[in-house]
Amino acid sequence: MIKAIVFLPLLGSMLAGIIAFVDCGDDKHKKHKMDLYAQWITSGFLLVAMVLSWMTFYQVGLHGEAYSVTVMSWIQSGDLDLNWAFKVDTLTAVMLVVVCTVSAMVHVYSIGYMHHDPDVPRFQSYLSLFTFCMLMLVTADNLVQMFFGWEGVGLASYLLIGFWYNKPSANAAAIKAFVVNRVGDFGFALGIFAAFVMFGTVSLDQIFAQAGGMKDATIHIFSGEFHAITVICILLFIGAMGKSAQLGLHTWLPDAMEGPTPVSALIHAATMVTAGVFMVSRMSPLFEYSDVALQVVTIVGASTAIFAATIGCTQFDIKRVIAYSTCSQLGYMFFAIGVSAYQAAIFHLLTHAFFKALLFLGAGSVIHAMSDEQDMRKMGGIWKMIPVTYGLMWIGSLALAGIPPFAGFYSKDVILEAAYGAHSAVGGYAFWMGIAAAFLTAFYSWRLIIMTFHGKSRADETVLAHVHESPKVMILPLVVLAAGAIIAGKAGYEWFVGHDAAHFWGNAILVLESHPALENAHHVPGWVKNLPLVVGGAGIALAYLMYMFVPSLPALVVKAIKPIHTFVFNKWFFDELYDAVFVKPAFRIGSGFWKIGDEAIIDGLGPNGIAQATQDTAQKAGVLQSGYLYHYAFAMLIGVVVMVGWYMIIVG
Amino acid sequence: MHEIGTTIGLGHYLAVAAILFATGMFGVFLNRKNVIVILMSIELLLLAVNINMVAFSVELGDLVGQVFTLFILTVAAAEAAIGLAILVVFFRNRGSIAVDDIRGLKG
Repeated sequence: MIKAIVFLPLLGSMLAGIIAFVDCGDDKHKKHKMDLYAQWITSGFLLVAMVLSWMTFYQVGLHGEAYSVTVMSWIQSGDLDLNWAFKVDTLTAVMLVVVCTVSAMVHVYSIGYMHHDPDVPRFQSYLSLFTFCMLMLVTADNLVQMFFGWEGVGLASYLLIGFWYNKPSANAAAIKAFVVNRVGDFGFALGIFAAFVMFGTVSLDQIFAQAGGMKDATIHIFSGEFHAITVICILLFIGAMGKSAQLGLHTWLPDAMEGPTPVSALIHAATMVTAGVFMVSRMSPLFEYSDVALQVVTIVGASTAIFAATIGCTQFDIKRVIAYSTCSQLGYMFFAIGVSAYQAAIFHLLTHAFFKALLFLGAGSVIHAMSDEQDMRKMGGIWKMIPVTYGLMWIGSLALAGIPPFAGFYSKDVILEAAYGAHSAVGGYAFWMGIAAAFLTAFYSWRLIIMTFHGKSRADETVLAHVHESPKVMILPLVVLAAGAIIAGKAGYEWFVGHDAAHFWGNAILVLESHPALENAHHVPGWVKNLPLVVGGAGIALAYLMYMFVPSLPALVVKAIKPIHTFVFNKWFFDELYDAVFVKPAFRIGSGFWKIGDEAIIDGLGPNGIAQATQDTAQKAGVLQSGYLYHYAFAMLIGVVVMVGWYMIIVG
Repeated sequence: MHEIGTTIGLGHYLAVAAILFATGMFGVFLNRKNVIVILMSIELLLLAVNINMVAFSVELGDLVGQVFTLFILTVAAAEAAIGLAILVVFFRNRGSIAVDDIRGLKG
């Protein structure tokens, strides 16, 4: 069954890829038919995989039947011996449900969203390829296999961000995403090396079995001794930071919105960016033995949560607002991990996947309706024209803002309670940053809803005349995701973080006795329980006040805090900073090597130099060829004299 | 050979031939005017060689040298005829036989 789940998307990707190569010429009818084949083959396989993943979840998660399947022996080299195997426990089962469900919905949604794109089969093929790689990642039995999936999703992300390859900005965004991820992947790779050095294996089970015994081991790096597990964990976390767009390596995520909207929903909201969260949770038996690493994770996560939320309040591009929201929510997941509430992080990962995919696809529906307009300043007043989308966006936003009984309420609250329950300095920092971010989250969500749907329309006439509700094939997946966004929280609470948690998780996640944050979360004071809801409500109220009732207020506020607003509006100048520190010098070094190293030295002395020298010599030799008979005669005479002279003097 | 001035020996012949050869040689490449002069110079070269051959033939008592001289004279006559014929045609085509004008082989 697990093999079917993993390989069906690969098969779909290959078939769609083959269809993409079918030459239809000018035959519109044939092309349309080919598009339909590609769409339904890939979507069909994904739907099957989705059903199978639910069955796996039922079997593994609810009946506690974790198992492993070996496909084949993969690498054998010296001490390195690893199998290609699927490790299916509760953590994997949850991820299977998330990945397969969202992916299937996005596949179906794409049938409607991409229907007038000329490259439909290619798009579907990439989507399925991505799904396959993501499944490889979450089913990994060893670190190398996880790295394979990790790089695979990076590749698919690159291909899909740059899907509209004749748009220069899309290409730039794709390259940026790839390069920034390279930084994180470098950390991940070093982490794998360090783990292999320490444990002599890359197999997860064997590493976890040895982790307890190695908790005081040190590793020698350069000229110092470091706590080995801390080093490994921090290196792995750097990898997670890259993939999950945490503070410092987040710059690629907003730019990734250049890709088609279904891609944003699948890769850059629901699945790939949560790979970091998954990976750190998977490595919980290691992280548990390093308090330093956990503190780093908490601080980075909490800082990202508040940082991205502030930016989200100032952006005007509808997709970018949601992108920063994703970044912020990933921060929540990380600081939950940091206080050892892995279960809460995965719970939030699940609910977030539903409501964020819903928000993105809803935004896609809006963009579709508005003739590809993404700027919220050019929207407004369209809620009556697209009521279904409007309602679904409300559900997504309610879930995101953490209003009961929607999913986000359960997962976000338990994270904040766990942060409080950690009773540590970093936990307190995370808690207050999380509360502030919750306020901003509610604020920017309703700012988005009001600016997009309410008020007087700011779009021009032709666009407005065109506004239409999306076709059923786009609405249906949204409804499924909305159902998830409504019930996933209530339904999953007891399993993930409530009374059944121990049974539900089995051995998938290790939490030491000394980290009781999640247990404490159920015994926090009442004000801690209610605070997130209160600030959420306050955020919504403020958004209504500023954008609905007193529309002149935002401009006044911006004027009052001009420097701060400029700072936040420009995304804390991270792009400018990186541009000055890394990109420009890299360009300068590059052009130095190019102009001086390559063109002047290598080309100058090599091919071009030799060619030039040959030409010069030929030019000079050509002068000898004067054409005058007496010159030739003279040359002959000299030759004879020399030859005879040589015979007489040297030989004779 | 110490009685120079009384007996004409091989050395004298060879000296004459060498002078003649050198004259012909210089005629070939110092001349800037006329291709006919070159042809005449070539005749001189051949004659110098002939004198050498006859001189050695007499000196060594071997008639082959003189026989070959006759051959060379014949060939030289033929060569001169052909050379002049080419020259006439060349003049017809190009309107000049000045050596300085003939540089079609310039690289």
